[in-house]
Amino acid sequence: MIPSYVPPKYKVEVDPNKCMLCERCTIECSWGVHRREGDRIISYSNRCGACHRCVAMCPRDAITIKENAISWRSHPLWDIDARADIYNQAKTGCILLSGMGNAKEHPIYFDKIVLDACQVTNPSIDPLREPMELRTYIGKKPKQLEFDFVEEEIDGKKIKKAKLKTKIAPNLKLDTPIMIAHMSYGALSLNAHLSFAKAVKECGTFMGTGEGGLPKPLYPYADHIITQVASGRFGVNEEYLMKGAAIEIKIGQGAKPGIGGHLPGEKVTAEISATRMIPEGSDAISPAPHHDIYSIEDLAQLVRSLKEATRWKKPVFVKIAAVHNAPAIAVGIATSDADAVVIDGYRGGTGAAPKVFRDHVGIPIEMAIAAVDQRLREEGLRNEISIIASGGIRCSADVFKAIALGADAVYIGTAAMVALGCRVCGRCYTGLCAWGIATQKPELVKRLDPEVGAKRVANLIKAWTHEIKELLGAAGINSIESLRGNRDRLRGVGLNEKELEVLGIKAAGE
Amino acid sequence: MEEVVIDAKDMHYKELNEKIHEVLRKNPDVKKIILKNVLGQRFIGTGLQKKDLTIEIYGIPGGDLGMFMNGPTIIVHGNAEFAPGNTMDDGTIVIYGSSGDVTAHSMRGGKVFVRGDVGYRSGIHMKAYKDKIPVLVIGGRAKDFLGEYMAGGIIIVLNIDEKGNDLGKVKGRMIGTGIHGGAIYIRGDVDRDQLGVAADIKEFTKEDLEKIKPYIEEFCKWFNLSEDVKNRLLNSKWTKIAPISKRPFGKLYTPDLM
Repeated sequence: MIPSYVPPKYKVEVDPNKCMLCERCTIECSWGVHRREGDRIISYSNRCGACHRCVAMCPRDAITIKENAISWRSHPLWDIDARADIYNQAKTGCILLSGMGNAKEHPIYFDKIVLDACQVTNPSIDPLREPMELRTYIGKKPKQLEFDFVEEEIDGKKIKKAKLKTKIAPNLKLDTPIMIAHMSYGALSLNAHLSFAKAVKECGTFMGTGEGGLPKPLYPYADHIITQVASGRFGVNEEYLMKGAAIEIKIGQGAKPGIGGHLPGEKVTAEISATRMIPEGSDAISPAPHHDIYSIEDLAQLVRSLKEATRWKKPVFVKIAAVHNAPAIAVGIATSDADAVVIDGYRGGTGAAPKVFRDHVGIPIEMAIAAVDQRLREEGLRNEISIIASGGIRCSADVFKAIALGADAVYIGTAAMVALGCRVCGRCYTGLCAWGIATQKPELVKRLDPEVGAKRVANLIKAWTHEIKELLGAAGINSIESLRGNRDRLRGVGLNEKELEVLGIKAAGE
Repeated sequence: MEEVVIDAKDMHYKELNEKIHEVLRKNPDVKKIILKNVLGQRFIGTGLQKKDLTIEIYGIPGGDLGMFMNGPTIIVHGNAEFAPGNTMDDGTIVIYGSSGDVTAHSMRGGKVFVRGDVGYRSGIHMKAYKDKIPVLVIGGRAKDFLGEYMAGGIIIVLNIDEKGNDLGKVKGRMIGTGIHGGAIYIRGDVDRDQLGVAADIKEFTKEDLEKIKPYIEEFCKWFNLSEDVKNRLLNSKWTKIAPISKRPFGKLYTPDLM
């Protein structure tokens, strides 16, 4: 066997003066870091991913995890990660896997954008007293409304009544512009999905199934669920399509633009197999392209086939990764009968992606929203289709900025998982998540109580919703509709002229 | 009313499909719908759930014929466009002519019989689940990438012309690329260099013959082929192509814990 040359990334220490040898840490750590030997706990630091499960559960606060301060010869180009990756690949000859979103230090444009607030001349609004309209409708909107005027007799009087002639396409009604992103059953545990489902129902919003099908225990929440159709077509049948409130076609994903998904066979348990409708233990491969889509016209065909299968009663979204030609693709999507385009930025998370893709492919979501919104406006199509942004939304300010840049609503993925306890350790792909979120191991899954999880996620959505209302009030706006694409409410700090141009915003002070 | 005729001449696909739904709504007992003058209308039979229903199509239906279908039988007296049987759950599609690319795409159950040839990437990502074993029987030949990413089910290539004569050695390349379930049966010899990555030539056993026999018989019945032809098909040399493993790309990625 070729030995690993990589020293542990973290150093785990159990203070023997505090430890009472309850062995809780040995049970809690799914990675096998802790073991009792005689009258002390021995820790194998090289297995630790800093998921904090043992720290959080230790009754004596005896465990410390630090970054391993071992010295490497410092070098501006050959940083520790670059060298560690080479050691690992020299050992295995394999593609490096990773979880979560892009972990490189690219600029975070959300943090270089500041918001506007009203002062004396244009007064702010107090959301504690005044109603704030956050209701958002996702779906196709007519270009204009047409009416028929019908004369009716009421109490002997002839009255002309207006009747809407224009057929309104089905839309999703959101009480808050925050939805939970598509994360598959398979990547996530059933209890994580149940937590999300209960939370979105409580908050009047929606969650996505991801490409893993819809597990039966989620059926009661189906009217708050958007089902996904990916290239593998796992779990996709007429019942699945009819169950959800809307359908999303996954073309691309922010964490891995241009490549498909792959759930390894050993993770296809009996329950996953039943939901995805594939045999147990068999690889679940979603190849990079949809096999029936080789052009924008083919995409339109898939959109229409899903509409046909659901008798034109469900909105159909198309999700693409944020890449430099996203605006042109969005135009194609807008003309294809799709109801919304979902753009997923390169900070978007995943259960498993080749590290090289996660860290190097795609563009920031901020730029992509602005560019797509701008292009759709230029083409005269923006009114007809909704934009949903996802990938790296961390707080209510990010939601607010995303909407001001041009989105109708956002999807949150990692943030919703963090609400459940996720530490963003990035090892989802191992299926050993000690918090019971990204795992299928029954003993780990049961660590996550769906009732508690739902409360935490609902609290997060509600807290952000309150903050968005406050921000709206401060901006002197009382409706989210008035914020959409309202880039005059944004200013850039520390951005160059080109970046300001792409974002379509002015510099601070202008 | 057990039989209804719809003239599809100059009809938009939405109108035609809505008509079919209307017929089914008004006549729950209808057993057969005959569509005449079909010319490129897409999505016929998409999502239909009725088991005892036959749709007979005269003309050429458009793409995604019988997509997500669960139960009915569709008979096409002509050619079909791309992706008939796309993500189909159950039912039967019988095509008297040829069909386009990605025929039987992601099919999970039911049967598709094509008398002529099929296009590129047919049987792609076909998958099986429990008692649902999808079957694609091709009378003539398939273009390249037959059974790509195949995850389950059975593909049979009979390799005969319209009169039932042998067409000679199949020419398709990249057969079974990425296959990780199911099996492809091709009548005649196939060279290893015609296979895609992850596919392998396996021994064709008696059990294999028993497995494909009922589908070949059903094919002959649908297309009225003689006993002679049927016996010749069953007594021919067959090549079985199956996956090397259920996890073709398992070794491509870093192990869980290094």
